[in-house]
Amino acid sequence: MKILFFAALRERLNCDHVQLDIPLPSDTNSIRSALQQTFPEQADILADGKALVAVNQTLTHDNTGVKEGDEVAFFPPVTGG
Amino acid sequence: MKSLSFHRSPGDNRADMKFIAVQTQDFDVAAEYAELRKDNRSDGAIVFFSGLVREMNQGSEVSGLTLEHYPGMTEKALQQIVDQAFERWPLNRVRLIHRIGTLTITDQIVFVGVSSAHREAAFEACHFIMDFLKTRAPFWKKEVTEKGERWVEALDKDQQALSKWQDAGEEADTEKKATKVEK
Repeated sequence: MKILFFAALRERLNCDHVQLDIPLPSDTNSIRSALQQTFPEQADILADGKALVAVNQTLTHDNTGVKEGDEVAFFPPVTGG
Repeated sequence: MKSLSFHRSPGDNRADMKFIAVQTQDFDVAAEYAELRKDNRSDGAIVFFSGLVREMNQGSEVSGLTLEHYPGMTEKALQQIVDQAFERWPLNRVRLIHRIGTLTITDQIVFVGVSSAHREAAFEACHFIMDFLKTRAPFWKKEVTEKGERWVEALDKDQQALSKWQDAGEEADTEKKATKVEK
């Protein structure tokens, strides 16, 4: 499935998305682990507390289920306003 | 949209009660204030906040910044924050504008304007919207400093600021209930 990245995370990973080979349905914790394996040198900024996760454009706070067709994005804590 | 029971003048356009914009262009505070006031017979209070690009941030001199966002989610997140404010306080109008793209020192970044019958609700709702925007809306600032570009670090104090709305929300709910009982 396609995972989107924004801001500092996009720059550190050097891509704005990745196609992740993961069986669905899955959940945000599993996707986070898979991303850390895909980008082992950047595992620190993908860690829980360092990268936020949105599923279908809504911020998640706990482990959240992800199914086929969902839009999943990882990004740093927000700094607008 | 939440249905409000008080009288509306014919000039009121319900579609404009919650105005949200994410835009590169600047905004005019006077024009926004005028929209909050226009034909507004029910409200006795307007509170607004504007956020600006300042010279010093996190220990460095800043010459400008770029605001990135997550198109689609940004609008959705702002709408949810405004909806929550309408649920907590008896508001009539909210106007929320956040800029994206390249900005320079003294530029306006964000506008939040709130109208309500009384000032307490307007003050609190304006504050609430900004506190949640700072921690929930997917915007990211990249500053240009004398040492080069850098992403702005999120601050713990912004996250901690949310805790006060737990109690404030409960108080606001209690006040609403109390008002209903009196009637």
